[in-house]
Amino acid sequence: MRISPTKFISLLFLVLSVFYLYTAYNIQVFAFDENAPFNARTFPIYLGWAGIILSSLKIILPEKVTTEVNHKHLDYKSIIYLIIISLIYAAVILKIGYFISTSLFLFASYYFLGERRWGLMFILSFPFVAAFMYLLHGLLNIYLRDPFLKYIGVMG
Amino acid sequence: MIEGILIGLSTALSLTNILMVMVGCFAGTIIGMLPGLGPMTAIALMIPITYGFDPSTGLILMAGVYYGAVFGGSTSSILLNAPGIPGTVATAFDGYPMAQQGKAGKALAIAAYSSFAGGTISAIFLLVAAPSLSKVSLAFRSPDYFALMILGLTAISAFSSKGQFLKAMMMVVLGLMLATVGQDSLSDITRFTFNNMNLTDGISFVLIVMATFAMSEALTIIFRGKDPNRAAKQISLTELGSIKVNKEETIKMAKTIPRSSILGFLIGVLPGAGATIASFLAYGMERNYVNEDEKQKFGKGSVHGLSAPETANNAACSGSFVPLLTLGIPGSGTTAVMLGALLGFGIQPGPRLYQTNPEIFWSVIMSMYIGMVVLLILNLPLIPYIARILAVPRNYLIPLILFFSVTGIYLMSFNNFDIFLMIGIAVVATFLRLYDFPMPPLILAFVLGGLMEETLRRSLLISDGSPNFLWDRPITLIILLITITIVGWQIFSTFRKKI
Repeated sequence: MRISPTKFISLLFLVLSVFYLYTAYNIQVFAFDENAPFNARTFPIYLGWAGIILSSLKIILPEKVTTEVNHKHLDYKSIIYLIIISLIYAAVILKIGYFISTSLFLFASYYFLGERRWGLMFILSFPFVAAFMYLLHGLLNIYLRDPFLKYIGVMG
Repeated sequence: MIEGILIGLSTALSLTNILMVMVGCFAGTIIGMLPGLGPMTAIALMIPITYGFDPSTGLILMAGVYYGAVFGGSTSSILLNAPGIPGTVATAFDGYPMAQQGKAGKALAIAAYSSFAGGTISAIFLLVAAPSLSKVSLAFRSPDYFALMILGLTAISAFSSKGQFLKAMMMVVLGLMLATVGQDSLSDITRFTFNNMNLTDGISFVLIVMATFAMSEALTIIFRGKDPNRAAKQISLTELGSIKVNKEETIKMAKTIPRSSILGFLIGVLPGAGATIASFLAYGMERNYVNEDEKQKFGKGSVHGLSAPETANNAACSGSFVPLLTLGIPGSGTTAVMLGALLGFGIQPGPRLYQTNPEIFWSVIMSMYIGMVVLLILNLPLIPYIARILAVPRNYLIPLILFFSVTGIYLMSFNNFDIFLMIGIAVVATFLRLYDFPMPPLILAFVLGGLMEETLRRSLLISDGSPNFLWDRPITLIILLITITIVGWQIFSTFRKKI
């Protein structure tokens, strides 16, 4: 039996709702609140049941409009590269600082998306981020934490 | 009211705020022109920038961005047949054929004049209607608000999901679930944090918007990069033609604009409807109004067919501010983002905004009108130049969108957990969008989640846990009956199609 992607997503949502409802019933409330008309559990419990009912209906009822996606037209390679670069960026931003990590992220993203004009790639990464940081930190006085630039004395 | 208008004018006409409207309109036009990026994304990108501003200035910037993005969406509809936002899909029906006939400049000019006229007329309606509506809305109590939020969420699900009501309702529930993460507002009990300290304060609204719109939009563009149906069709800028509109065309526009403005404003006021429904309804209504000869021109470059949706979508934009400013209930996904921004500024929109912060209330209304004027002055001469943005390669565009998204989150928290969370949510949202699970209902639900739980808490405490509060007050009952009608209509239309 072939299950459509929409119904599969609905099934995942059903599992999520069941887990959410289970967690909602296990929320620790104060003893005096246990039998109150409304406590910290009430709203999540309603939501859990709503999620279960809606996703079950979506699974049970026949699909009125089917969404067809041609996987041959989807660029999985580029999106996986981009997600990996973003995850690395998130992992190193605190360690090596905003300026270097962001500039490298932009440079690498341009590269993996197929760009090879090195001069333009450089201008739209390092000087661009420097200008953006100056706009935020220097002109708008918005604090931008960068331990590396602070360490080498560029930022106060 | 005159006093209010003067307060609004004095705030909106300060040098800083005029500059902000101009910057907002310009930035909004450029962002709105980029296929896939609409006003909601444009406003979301502006939120981190407005952190340091005072509330009026921040909101004025966002209002400018809003109108700019709607106009920008029309530009890509007309030039590329690639609507930047759903609200400008109907614009492409006659705008693109006109551009193909070598009249792209004229089509853009008609769109600009119609947007201006629609916005102007609806700004006047807003000026008159908003204070009266705010007085009426003072009669609202917790059960009424709760019912109203249910109505808003049901309506946005019904109208934004192209016949996929259940999918939209699932997104509503998901948005509400995400809103419950963190400390309970009354008891301070932590919920769904799984002992992670980073989740104690809940998930940030900016994070959700950036993930589900800006970032997932960028990922979707890359993901569908090989899809030949979505490949942008570039046209030569030398084919823009004249931007002058002749007398006959002006007369046609003059007939279309008033009726489309009224329809657009009324649709915009309804929670959940917004610019998309307004533009489609106006297009359909206009087709019924014109004579047989004109009817034949629809879909082939009709002036009526272009002017009607353009007028209506801008009128609906103003209309959608009525429920936001007077009831605190956003009428569309875009105003839901603005509600989040308002809450970020420490302002609670609703009936009391008119009394407690009149300068904000009126300056937003006045800045809308100033935004219209700026948009017209700025965009008409710039049409040929603005169109060049369409030539920006996606290799640069996508990383820059991701950069703005991550920076927005980093500026807020300076921790990388939020960035990881944003990437995770964006990946999930990208797959959901691929299978037509709409994001606006999720955003609206996330924004309203806290308020909805609060009003339900009050209602249940007042009624001692009984569900009677749902039908005790006539206002609550009427709102719930409207909600039931919408749900019933969705069920009926599902079964009617099957039969």
